[in-house]
Amino acid sequence: MHELGITKNIVDIAERNAREQGAQRVLTVTVTVGDLSGVVADAVEFCFEVCIQGTLLEQARLIIERVEGKGRCRECGAETAMDTMTFSCPACGSFALDRLAGEELSIKEMEIE
Amino acid sequence: MCIDCGCGSQTEHHHHHDHDHHHEHDHDKAHDHHHDQPARTVRIEEDLLAKNNRLASGNRALFREHGIFTLNLVSSPGSGKTSILEKTLRDLQSEMHFAVLEGDQQTANDADRIAATGVPVHQINTGAGCHLDAHMVAHGVEHFHLDKLDILMIENVGNLVCPASFDLGEDHKVAVLSVTEGEDKPLKYPHMFRAADLMLINKVDLLPYLSFDLNRCLAYARQINPDMRIIEMSCVSGVGMEEWYAWLRQQVTQKQLKAS
Ligand SMILES: Nc1nc2c(ncn2[C@@H]2O[C@H](COP(=O)(O)OP(=O)(O)O)[C@@H](O)[C@H]2O)c(=O)[nH]1
Ligand SMILES: [Mg+2]
Ligand SMILES: [Zn+2]
Repeated sequence: MHELGITKNIVDIAERNAREQGAQRVLTVTVTVGDLSGVVADAVEFCFEVCIQGTLLEQARLIIERVEGKGRCRECGAETAMDTMTFSCPACGSFALDRLAGEELSIKEMEIE
Repeated sequence: MCIDCGCGSQTEHHHHHDHDHHHEHDHDKAHDHHHDQPARTVRIEEDLLAKNNRLASGNRALFREHGIFTLNLVSSPGSGKTSILEKTLRDLQSEMHFAVLEGDQQTANDADRIAATGVPVHQINTGAGCHLDAHMVAHGVEHFHLDKLDILMIENVGNLVCPASFDLGEDHKVAVLSVTEGEDKPLKYPHMFRAADLMLINKVDLLPYLSFDLNRCLAYARQINPDMRIIEMSCVSGVGMEEWYAWLRQQVTQKQLKAS
């Protein structure tokens, strides 16, 4: 459960950028959370409510864009959907899967005024 | 502000899908504010771990400059990280210079065990924090004479989830799994076992008394991370220790060659 630290980072980064832009407040924050990032989106949502108290984000809405996991087999080249429990290529059974998507963990944009 | 993780302090998880109050500002409250600037969207595109990663890169550069080989030891509580360190330090401190950072939520017990070997140790209490981060390590190593060190061992907080996401600037993460745990740990914590370059299967002296299926554990670990090196060992019988020491010697030599 390191989501509280992650969420504090979201709020810190958004606040810093909002101040740089001379904004009065932040209306929405959009973050990208990959399904293979090791971060639980629900927990981030919960922590957000706590972390925004007394900040420019106090009334902001959090928008979480999930990214599904995707991998490519190093042996046969097949591309496959991946969750955290996917270890082998469904086409050939090889364990050598390279991750193409799903590890994202970033703050994407925000709406300010 | 070293603690950026408050896990354990969060107990009320009831209302997290109730977002009604968020929608207020869209209409009711809008007129309370000065609209000298209209609402606008700003792209940010910043990695949420960027700050930690930046500090970790700083640590890594510092360790490279001083030719210090650094390991980040991770496991569940009780797998034997401190025991492995104690034995390793006692056996190798005549040939290499060690320092140890001990991450623990509360006590200094592990640091005291390390101090008893005579090796310099610094305790980092993370309080509610469930993992070490690069900032803590940066301050932790201020307690050592880096010029004199060959190896820095960092014992992370006993936790197989959170430390996986936090780079400390180490050369390798080492995951310790003891045979008194389930053989399916690698499957249950794939993040950590994928992040590790070496896995130590500890307490193999207990295998005769347990139903732990070593081959299944090895197979699971290889599924998660085909490139991970695996050493079976016991701090009690000493089996596997020489293999671990040989690996350490080789890694330290490589690191020093790169630094010089
Ligand atoms: N039988 C056996 N016990 C061990 C071995 N290594 C550690 N232990 C015991 O396991 C317990 C936890 O070890 P510790 O090093 O404190 O684990 P840590 O929490 O990962 O640092 C202690 O009681 C150790 O004596 C081993 O190889 N074999
Ligand atoms: Mg310990
Ligand atoms: Zn394949």
